[in-house]
Amino acid sequence: MTAAIRTAATPRRVAAGWRRVLESIWFAVGFPLLLLVVWGIWATVAPQKFFPDPVTIIRAFVDTWIGPAFVEDVLPSLARLGVGIVLSIVVGVAAGTVIGLVRWMRELLEPTLEFFRAIPPPVLVPILMLIFGPQDATRVLVIVAGAVWPVLLNTIEGVRSTDSVMTETARSYALTFGERIRFLVLPAASPRIMAGVRQSLSVALILMVISEMFNNSEGLGYRITYFQTNYLIAQMWSGILLLGLVGVLLAAIFGFVERRVLAWYHGIKEVERA
Amino acid sequence: MTTARVAPPTRMRARRQTHRIRKVVLGVAGLLGFLATWQLIPALGIVDPRFLPPASEVLAQLGHQFVDLEFWRNVGRTLTTWGIGLLIATVAAVALGTVVGLVPYLRRLTHTTVEFLRPIPSVALIPLAILLFGFQVPAALLIVVYASFWQVFVQVLYGVADVDTVARDTARSFGLTRAERFRELVLPTALPYIMTGLRLAAAVALILTVTAELLIGIPGIGRVIVFARSAGDVTTVYVYVVVAGLLGLIVNLVFRVIERRALFWHQSVRGEDAA
Repeated sequence: MTAAIRTAATPRRVAAGWRRVLESIWFAVGFPLLLLVVWGIWATVAPQKFFPDPVTIIRAFVDTWIGPAFVEDVLPSLARLGVGIVLSIVVGVAAGTVIGLVRWMRELLEPTLEFFRAIPPPVLVPILMLIFGPQDATRVLVIVAGAVWPVLLNTIEGVRSTDSVMTETARSYALTFGERIRFLVLPAASPRIMAGVRQSLSVALILMVISEMFNNSEGLGYRITYFQTNYLIAQMWSGILLLGLVGVLLAAIFGFVERRVLAWYHGIKEVERA
Repeated sequence: MTTARVAPPTRMRARRQTHRIRKVVLGVAGLLGFLATWQLIPALGIVDPRFLPPASEVLAQLGHQFVDLEFWRNVGRTLTTWGIGLLIATVAAVALGTVVGLVPYLRRLTHTTVEFLRPIPSVALIPLAILLFGFQVPAALLIVVYASFWQVFVQVLYGVADVDTVARDTARSFGLTRAERFRELVLPTALPYIMTGLRLAAAVALILTVTAELLIGIPGIGRVIVFARSAGDVTTVYVYVVVAGLLGLIVNLVFRVIERRALFWHQSVRGEDAA
């Protein structure tokens, strides 16, 4: 019975499989391709000064960024971004854990920290440049000064809302302080921490660009401004494209890390929903 | 049992009261401590007072600004750009998000496009905005709208998709029309999501308004910072940074209140009240 069905169904299932693959390809790239084609046709039919066609932009992308410019402008920017993000996360989680665990400290510092979080980070750029001068370390500092707050405040919140039964269980099982942090507090806070990190990433990327648009002579942000002031339109678009790719890359890395770190959490949610 | 039930409320209320007072006192102490540290750093020469004026000087200047009409005009300019940008972004995001979110085919079709466009930092569009609109307010609006649009749009997509299947089927079998289903079912489900998106978008919009003022030179508090900095008036720079922070705080608070008001019927808000 089952064998008969299986032999009968095989060809159709293969066809259905192909159809599904084609369908998902269509859903993945169909609409972007359609947009690009429309843009291309529009740009050739009615040439716009500021909207070159996609082919020109991609050609400019290859000419501009693949080569020495990658080492001179892109890599330093990305390095500063990376260092800034890592520092923000480390500082934010470390300080947030301490503040979150000690109640008087939390109550003492929370209003002040909320104020710092509320400051739109770009206004810190002129101040930090003033105090520390325009150098690499300052640009990293700018990124940290803006990106640390979401991680810090979310860590405080996450640590604070650790389940009290679990905290007491850990205490009565005589877990050492280090063990408690590692096996209870940090995992319990990790969904909140990751939510904070997600906010930090976009702030960090914005600040990387802004810190380079302020009196600077290298880096992605500077390059794009340079192209614009010199009316190199296609190159400018290629820079926007590159920043978009950096953003997508960051989001992809974050998604990958989040799925690994929070695998248990998503598992619980799934079970709860079912 | 009954005594246990009667006794705690008053004691608990009293304890909650002392807790609240303690929290306020400590919070104020924290702020004062921060101001004291700020006052001491330039006084002790850790950072040159030319680069970091003492807190007292900045606060005194801030007091003077409060009675200066030009100060309020600048705050008004910033808030106008911010408000218009946020409004355009919200309306567009709710409209588009509802359509895309309700039609599964469109949702799948636009997924990759959204995932690519969303992470583009909107500051990358500043050069384009300058080319298109010159050094004018619409250039700032482009950036503000782009950044805050995605915050709301993504939340609307989640929210519209979150409609309970049983409720949806029930509504269908009770013969609710499409408009009724939208008003009675989709909207209430999506509203908490929209409110979250709106709160995030409000903060992001303020950041990008100030950024546009800093980098493009749109009138507002950001431009005052640039002017003061190039004039060497460091105190004014700090005054406006504090003002920017205060604006950020107010925006956060106001949108949190709006969220609670709009969602007074929702479990998340009612639950908080009961606890």
